[in-house]
Amino acid sequence: MATSTGRVTGTTRDRAAGAADGARGRGRPGQPGPFRRAVSQYWYAWAMVAPVVVVTAALVGWPLVRGVYLSLTDATEATMGRTIGVNVIPSTYEFTGLDNYVDILTGGLFWEKLTWTVLWTVACVALHYGLGLGLALMLNRRLRFRSAYRLMLVLPWAIPPFVAAFIWRYLYNSDFGVINAMLRSAGLGTVGWLDDPTTAKIAVIAVNVWIGVPFMMLAMLGGLQSIPRELYEAAEVDGATPWQRFRFVTVPGLRTVSSTVLLLGTIWTFNMFPLIFLITGGGPGSSTEILVTYAYREAFTGIRNYSGSAAWGVLILLLLVVMAVVYRRALRKQGEVW
Amino acid sequence: MSAVTTRRRVRGRDERSLAGSLLLHGTLIVASLISLFPIVWLVLTSLKPRDGWLSTELKFFDGASLDNYTRVLTETQFPSWLLNSVIIAGLTTVIGVFLASTTGYAISRFRFPGYRGIMWMLLVTQMFPVAILIVPLYNLMAGLGLLNQIPGLVIAYMTVAVPFCAWMMKGYFDSIPREIDQAGMIDGLSPFGTFWRVILPLARPSLAVTAFYSFMTAWGEVAYATVFMTGDDTRTLAAGLQQFVGQYWADWGLLTAAAVLIAVPAAVVFLLVQRNLVAGLTAGATKL
Repeated sequence: MATSTGRVTGTTRDRAAGAADGARGRGRPGQPGPFRRAVSQYWYAWAMVAPVVVVTAALVGWPLVRGVYLSLTDATEATMGRTIGVNVIPSTYEFTGLDNYVDILTGGLFWEKLTWTVLWTVACVALHYGLGLGLALMLNRRLRFRSAYRLMLVLPWAIPPFVAAFIWRYLYNSDFGVINAMLRSAGLGTVGWLDDPTTAKIAVIAVNVWIGVPFMMLAMLGGLQSIPRELYEAAEVDGATPWQRFRFVTVPGLRTVSSTVLLLGTIWTFNMFPLIFLITGGGPGSSTEILVTYAYREAFTGIRNYSGSAAWGVLILLLLVVMAVVYRRALRKQGEVW
Repeated sequence: MSAVTTRRRVRGRDERSLAGSLLLHGTLIVASLISLFPIVWLVLTSLKPRDGWLSTELKFFDGASLDNYTRVLTETQFPSWLLNSVIIAGLTTVIGVFLASTTGYAISRFRFPGYRGIMWMLLVTQMFPVAILIVPLYNLMAGLGLLNQIPGLVIAYMTVAVPFCAWMMKGYFDSIPREIDQAGMIDGLSPFGTFWRVILPLARPSLAVTAFYSFMTAWGEVAYATVFMTGDDTRTLAAGLQQFVGQYWADWGLLTAAAVLIAVPAAVVFLLVQRNLVAGLTAGATKL
């Protein structure tokens, strides 16, 4: 794994040693000195990580604790304490235990949103990966105009996502959008892309695929180029068919980079807020709302339901953490040192 | 994939039939068209006259004019949103890169008590959904009087940018041989001195990538910006652009012109660094 990107790594041995001694964070076994010795040995390392630890603790840790606490109360905009001018209105929300979670898990909405979020994530990541790998394989061949193709295919990634969201919203526009204009000039009926739950879902997936494929393509291309040519030559000498070469040389060679980009891609897509928020606003109704945008809507529209939103957030985080842990286990079983 | 059919003689890696070539180029051309079309259409629409976007016909050109651009620059808050975005993204980048590089160096080079905890913290923080942090952060900012203030948003973006950047920097530092550090130490530099004078200059490409990543994170973030910046002249671009196409009033002419003005500089810089960007993203992540 350490040589996955083909770079020289100087710390492989240390990392292996660190993993081998197993004890949580104990760097150098066999030197169990007193506290002062630890300080004098590690103070510079601690000093270097201190700013990030402090920032993270203050801005992620504290809000997290507070978020978990809020999720156990009935805090809404109405009961949250605030200051208007010189009047300080105290908070009146109360601790309600797991009520929010029970409400969410027993109501149908959560499961409906979860189903769609999973579908959205799986569809997007599968298409990203499939198309990205396909294009990378094509670009990895000896080919005229290769850099031109590469440049054109990478371009969607260069557009900031919120700008891309607006572009596509305009393309999908039922009256003035170019997609419907094309359908009209082809003599076909127009489609209200963002007005119908099914087409709206297809539409947002299409946009996310458009945005996400370039990253996958470049990552896979990097992976392909780091597979030594000799392996292919040897396979050819052995009379392997193109399919066999793909199956037994390319696929194993891409495993490391694949596992990384799939994990990253899944997390990114799962939390992909701006696209859905800006293209459909979750609509029509709440049919394209994924978990993240729904929780946001709870918190910031109508009567702001802070506690409900926090409970949604905790559930989303739990889902992601469970996923990452399971994924890591699976990789370990395959012998990946991660 | 070109049509690779198995014949009696197995075909080599770089040979293909004419049909295979046609298919290969055909697929790539179609893919390129799909990838380019929205962008081309955006530019074309932005160059149409004021109400050009209100056309139900398929017209590629419709009397080029810079009307939309002049309107967006003179009649809207676009310039102040742009300024806000530049300041916020710039501050996020500078502070984020500094914090990320010291942390990245420490977790790349030293094994110290708390090491694993920090690795997990960096990983888990990246998974944080906006939804769980945004309410407490909103209340925190409100309490500190930082709503509608540039520092408030910069602080919020730290939580997004720093963990990932620290991870990427670690991946890069791992690829610099440790012998270089040792040489620095032998020459009498302190650990900080080694980091600052020896390693950091070597890590310049990675710093550039990290900086770019932080910049783009702050430049394109929507959720925090929409909630924290609500004054008409304190919005960032991502929050401000929503004003052009509101629920009851939409002017896609303004929007397309603004989008071009935002996307072109971003795209140019992006294309310059993208090779390093992919390597940085995957290297950091594969080496936990």
